[in-house]
Amino acid sequence: MFKNKKTSAALSAPYTAWMTIFIIVPLLMIFYYGLTDSQGSLTLANITAIGYGVYFKSLLLALWLSFLCTLICFILAYPLALILARVSKNAGQGLIITIFILPMWMNFLLRTYAWLTLLEGNGIINGILSFLHLPTQHMINTPTAIVFGMVYNFLPFMVLPLYNAISRIDTAVFEAARDLGAGRRQTLFRITLPLSVNGIISGVTMVFIPALTTFAISTLLGGSKVLLIGNVIESTFTQVYDWHLGSGLSIVLMIFIIINMIISNISDARQEAEG
Amino acid sequence: MKKTIERGYMVLILIFMYAPIVTMIALSFNASKSRAKWGGFTLQWYGSLFTDGPIMRALVNTLVVAVLSSLIATIIGTVTCIALMGMRTRTRAVIMGITNIPMINADIVTGISLMLLFRVLGLTNGFLPVLIAHITFNIPFVMLSVLPRLKQVEPSVYEAALDLGATPVYAFMKTVLPDIMPAVISGALMAFTMSIDDFIITYFTKGVGFNTLSTLIYSEVKKGIRPEIYALSALIFIAVLTLLFFSDRIPKWTARQKKD
Repeated sequence: MFKNKKTSAALSAPYTAWMTIFIIVPLLMIFYYGLTDSQGSLTLANITAIGYGVYFKSLLLALWLSFLCTLICFILAYPLALILARVSKNAGQGLIITIFILPMWMNFLLRTYAWLTLLEGNGIINGILSFLHLPTQHMINTPTAIVFGMVYNFLPFMVLPLYNAISRIDTAVFEAARDLGAGRRQTLFRITLPLSVNGIISGVTMVFIPALTTFAISTLLGGSKVLLIGNVIESTFTQVYDWHLGSGLSIVLMIFIIINMIISNISDARQEAEG
Repeated sequence: MKKTIERGYMVLILIFMYAPIVTMIALSFNASKSRAKWGGFTLQWYGSLFTDGPIMRALVNTLVVAVLSSLIATIIGTVTCIALMGMRTRTRAVIMGITNIPMINADIVTGISLMLLFRVLGLTNGFLPVLIAHITFNIPFVMLSVLPRLKQVEPSVYEAALDLGATPVYAFMKTVLPDIMPAVISGALMAFTMSIDDFIITYFTKGVGFNTLSTLIYSEVKKGIRPEIYALSALIFIAVLTLLFFSDRIPKWTARQKKD
């Protein structure tokens, strides 16, 4: 169909132009600003700045918190995906929409902000804790609150790929495992986990990158007391107006994104090779 | 026993996801302006909401940007997918690779890169840069929805129409378009949702004085969010709930994943 080369070229021209101007050129501009100083001469200072002071600390903290967030999301999501995949296919989809998609229609900033009311010193959760004579928790404006907000926001990105991967496994495989004498634990570790590894990789990359680069969640739940690399980059652009430094730090972020991309491409290629 | 544990676990996750939503709906009825204390039941925020200039403008902006950007992205995305079918595999792979960049890249980097471009071009008045940015990140969602479907279309019917004397455009409209329509619609819906949901890219590309609901909420966080915003969100939530309840055909939201 549509084998006419001239027509194809003409039809694709608007988008080719669009993506050149609005995808490629902006990225090249980040590299231009990131690799030059305000006089326009070539420098690596904007990138090596990541190794010092507040930049280094905020990157380490962001890496640590997004690692925790990804780990917690995985631990919470895997059993949930197993349950969802076991109930009938339609019911599973319906439950996913109710649990995860519907809440997305309420602005994520508002939902995150609402956790303030719940987590505050005299908030609802502490109210319940003190009613039960349990020690109250101080959470707001701490890294713990930020991880909490990240898990809340990014959990769906972990559940959906896991659910898709697990529900695609042929149930005959489980039956075969049981017939051959595998216990529940053995089935999980030797059948389900290895067969859903692509879903795991997909989920991990989809949670890790937004968690690593967030600045809204840390602003909302961390006050201005906890700085992540996202906050530092944001304020470099919106308060300090240092495009060169901000672009340099963004290039550092892109390195992590590219590593992530390579990992997920390898897993894709492997999946295709397996058929 | 196992069933009870499974049920209990799902209920816990459900509570986790919905606790802030219930909180917000409760706060929309709170007579006290402070979210820390309950001042009695009121409906006044639902009334004052509609006379609140900034909120109403932000709501209109959000909807206009979402409708226009998803519409334009759907048209450009679909046309490009058709063009890709007639291209060499190598060229197609290059274009799809570049198309994937905004989806793989962190939103903060996409937002900053577009901001740099718009500043240099002098495009700093509110509406236009935001619209362009939204079209840019919406096109991939449309293309990833339409392209797989287009690959399944049988070319023979289209070719038969041509042989029988139909013009290419007419033949396309009558044979191919009906086939790919579900994918086009689900791509458009996805684009619309992403646009409504976006904060980060809008935040970096918007001009001074222009707000969508997301950026308005963010700017109000420091001084405390006004109860009218809770009221509006509660209304939007109820509206979506009703729509979902009455629509039999729920689009395949799970396609929100990058690829599938």
